[in-house]
Amino acid sequence: MREVDIAVIGAGPAGLAAALACGRSGATTLLVDYMDAPGGQLIKQTHKFFGSERQFAGTRGIQIPDIFINQLSKMPNVALMWGANASGYYADSGVLTLEDGGKFIKVKAKRVIIATGAAEKALAFENNDLPGVYGAGAVQTLMNVHGVKPGDRVLMVGSGNIGLIVSYQLIQAHVEVVALVEAAGCIGGYLVHAAKLRRAGVPILTSHTIVRALGEQTVRGAVVAQVDHSWQVKPGSEREVACDVICLAVGLTPLVDMMWQAGCEMRYVPALGGHVPVRDENMRASNPAVYVAGDAGGVEEASSAMISGEIAGISAAKSLGFEVEGADARLSQLKADLAAIRSGPTGEKICAGIERAMVCGGEW
Amino acid sequence: MENPLYSHFAQGREDSGRPLGRLRPNVVRLKDHPILEFPTGREVVFTFNGKEIQGIEGEPIAAALHAAGVRVLRHSPKLGRARGFFCAIGTCSSCLMTVDGVPNVRVCTEPLKQGMVVETQKGHGHLPID
Repeated sequence: MREVDIAVIGAGPAGLAAALACGRSGATTLLVDYMDAPGGQLIKQTHKFFGSERQFAGTRGIQIPDIFINQLSKMPNVALMWGANASGYYADSGVLTLEDGGKFIKVKAKRVIIATGAAEKALAFENNDLPGVYGAGAVQTLMNVHGVKPGDRVLMVGSGNIGLIVSYQLIQAHVEVVALVEAAGCIGGYLVHAAKLRRAGVPILTSHTIVRALGEQTVRGAVVAQVDHSWQVKPGSEREVACDVICLAVGLTPLVDMMWQAGCEMRYVPALGGHVPVRDENMRASNPAVYVAGDAGGVEEASSAMISGEIAGISAAKSLGFEVEGADARLSQLKADLAAIRSGPTGEKICAGIERAMVCGGEW
Repeated sequence: MENPLYSHFAQGREDSGRPLGRLRPNVVRLKDHPILEFPTGREVVFTFNGKEIQGIEGEPIAAALHAAGVRVLRHSPKLGRARGFFCAIGTCSSCLMTVDGVPNVRVCTEPLKQGMVVETQKGHGHLPID
């Protein structure tokens, strides 16, 4: 059985940042991802990141994985495994199991950093299982990664950042966005993204929701309606919209199966997308061998993921006695950066969520 | 009103004023994207329920099917409801198909290879027993 100091599960922005920090510390590190290439959701992000230079402001998401891999591939203490599905983590023996090309592999890891990200939530409405009802991430993958048009006319549901950004990306791919509906009375995401859509002529219908998808074997339209302050449909406000894709951008929920399996203390935190592991300020879960990073710990964004990934990496390495000079100063800087990202108006909910997910006093 | 952003739309788009009943997906491979360049891999041929389809080696089977206009990937076991792709990252189990005789393959992430035999799965599928 293979042995490593630290296994990082997931090579999205959090896992890449965690693995780099572990690699720099000198710990033997294994970074695995079930996809054939690293990057997680970064591979679809065509927009330029904003924020500080430390979080790659001005760089497009699609360019970021290479920046990490260029460094990781030069580190002799770091092993990278793509196309390997982490299938379980057995806390009693510290063994991670992987499925790699049909083979079952076991790796003994002193620490695991779980950076498995999050998955799309579905929305309840009649015929929501029709082919053509796709998660926003799915539409983004189809378009930006595989170069396949998802359809001709898209109805976007949800005006958070993902709904806004994917709508704009659809327009870049020459797909018509018929409308964007948002059940709340105001746009959920950053107005800089919403402004791009308005300039492109896309109607953004707040206080509206989708009531039904139309079609027999595939989507051919949708019925949207206005909702009141208690989310009830206003009778008589239903209207039909022609579309062949209904894109759901209604939030993500953390993928935490392995943390349940590892017996970590979990808590249901709606602001973070669902069940998340309780953690300390260094991203350590209740099981001292387990750390969490990125959206798996609570749905935020790529910039936060890279920061929490590095915090988890430095901390996991430190807990094994691997520490580079300046690690503590770097940790303080990272925590300050994270607080800065979360300090905007949209960050209030996240901050409250993080507080609920934090172990009392911030330390185990 | 002409929207300048739509002015260099890929060939083959139909007039958007058609009545609801006659809408059909006009899926094509994207060209002329303002930022992205799509890698062109080797073109390969595979079969979907016996019909030959072309795809690009290494892309997910579901993407190749989608580009060929196939959006219904299976029918649900109890109520027979049409299902297609949903999450595209291998987490929702909407896209399960039988590939080369192996059932429950997540075609949204499974890479396409030359000669693959892709079939709509019936119910929960049957495991090949050696």
